[in-house]
Amino acid sequence: MSNDPAVEIRGLVKRYGPKTAVDGLDLTVRKASVTAVLGPNGAGKTTTVETCEGYLRPDAGTVRVLGLDPVAQAEALRPRIGVMLQSGGVYSGARAVEMLRHMARLYAHPLDVDVLVERLGLGGCGRTAYRRLSGGQQQRLALAMAVVGRPELVFLDEPTAGLDPQARRATWDLVRELRADGVTVVLTTHHMDEAEQLADEVAIVDAGRVIAHGSPEQLCRGGAENTLRFTGRPALDLGSLLKALPDGTEAAELTAGVYRVTGAVDPQLLATVASWCAQHGVMPSSLSVERHSLEDVFLELTGKELRA
Amino acid sequence: MSAGTFTPAAGAAPVSRMILAQTALETRMLLRNGEQLLLTVIIPALLLVLFSAVDIVTVPLQEGGAEKSVDFLAPGILALAVMSTAFTGQAIATGFDRRYGVLKRLGASPLPRWALMSAKTLSVLVTEVLQIALLTVIALALGWSPHGDPLAVAALILLGTAAFSGLGLLMAGTLKAEATLAAANLVFLLLLVGGGVIVPMEKFPAAVQSVLGLLPISALSDGLREVLRHGSGLPWGDVAVLAAWAVLGLGAAAKLFRWE
Ligand SMILES: Nc1ncnc2c1ncn2[C@@H]1O[C@H](COP(=O)(O)OP(=O)(O)OP(=O)(O)O)[C@@H](O)[C@H]1O
Ligand SMILES: [Mg+2]
Repeated sequence: MSNDPAVEIRGLVKRYGPKTAVDGLDLTVRKASVTAVLGPNGAGKTTTVETCEGYLRPDAGTVRVLGLDPVAQAEALRPRIGVMLQSGGVYSGARAVEMLRHMARLYAHPLDVDVLVERLGLGGCGRTAYRRLSGGQQQRLALAMAVVGRPELVFLDEPTAGLDPQARRATWDLVRELRADGVTVVLTTHHMDEAEQLADEVAIVDAGRVIAHGSPEQLCRGGAENTLRFTGRPALDLGSLLKALPDGTEAAELTAGVYRVTGAVDPQLLATVASWCAQHGVMPSSLSVERHSLEDVFLELTGKELRA
Repeated sequence: MSAGTFTPAAGAAPVSRMILAQTALETRMLLRNGEQLLLTVIIPALLLVLFSAVDIVTVPLQEGGAEKSVDFLAPGILALAVMSTAFTGQAIATGFDRRYGVLKRLGASPLPRWALMSAKTLSVLVTEVLQIALLTVIALALGWSPHGDPLAVAALILLGTAAFSGLGLLMAGTLKAEATLAAANLVFLLLLVGGGVIVPMEKFPAAVQSVLGLLPISALSDGLREVLRHGSGLPWGDVAVLAAWAVLGLGAAAKLFRWE
């Protein structure tokens, strides 16, 4: 296997009329890795993924998927990728297993349909028509359809949206197994824990650009500040504490007796806070250091307000 | 699953296998849908039985008295059956496939678009064969005595299918699914009345007749009647009308069809 990336996007721009959905996006996806694309509603995740799938023609920039142009070389690319759309994609009157069996017939070396049905709990859908399946059952069918052809690369647009905890775990296990077997996975999600659990690489997209990327650990370490929390007597004078702490550190009393210090939390800072407590005769009844979660990083980068 | 289950082994099936599978699925979807069956099987069969038994519309029978009203009706009903499947049924089904993202999803599968369209056409033809078999049995039981060359009949039906498919796909590929549903049913009803299916064209004023005669349904029912009732050879006027509709409809559909 070569070391060429599975997906390479350079300066992608995609407009819908006057609206710019993707605005100069760059992304590289390593082979046999899991990449999670995170971002607020309307950030351009689906647009980006659908450009990779060959549905949309870029207005500017280049997209290469498995080394191919997804529009010009669609016929060569399609058999090699698996696609899970954000919704729909199945005949309203079709039964789950019937549709999956049909998709399997379109490929040269499909997976064993019965095993996949069992694996994703689709057997219980029986003779029910697709339009009457529950949202979670529809999602699981779409996931099965994406992998049944034994693709080299799968694009999963919000694969766990609307799933119950068991189905979500089953999906995670499947994604991990895909990766272990050498399949490249690109997925979009709104669940930070999902990205933290599954992804080798996370790309945070906002307003059509990648505003941060890296492994979940890198993202949580870099950029974001950490927090130290302690409890003591109410109404302590924080002014003297701030004087002892390095510049750029903040301290606040969140509720009576609960204090938060934000900044570059390191052993030195911890020692400073502890000695300040000793000077003021404060016995912290609890003291904790909180590492920022991906969710904090995400909110910090994309802002807390709701997007239009 | 054991290790290596998902190890990539990508590749498309042979295109003949894909078309066969797609045709089988499309046909199952058509035959499973109750409203579609009403339109393609029950309505034509009921009209045939009803109008053969009861003289609601006086049918212009030939001198000599050997002719029955089923001899007039059967060709018109066959034309109606072709229209119900190739136009109305196909427009509605394809409109909803588009709306549910089926066409989009299949667009990311190894199945080429031309193969999908071939499969849709084949499934229309399979359905028509089933319809024609059933309606022929009913008509024969009602005392129908068909004439003419079966090859001329087949040629007219194929041309009619091409003309109606083009118009159905044009509608499904440009309008919203609900609009297609409403419009396809309305057109079905109007053409049923105005296209010489059960109401003889002679009942309309001469000026109206010449316009109605250019409709694909009129050309098909008239053409089938020429052959099956009068034993004529291929009626070239009707063939020309159907061919023109086929070229226009399929051409416009190919240009304007939107997959999403
Ligand atoms: N077909 C379209 N026509 C017009 N605008 C569109 C179209 N599709 C998407 N957009 C707009 O482009 C922007 C990006 O949409 P996109 O679907 O890529 O977002 P997303 O990140 O997938 O969001 P979500 O998390 O809600 O799925 C949005 O502002 C959306 O309104
Ligand atoms: Mg989306």
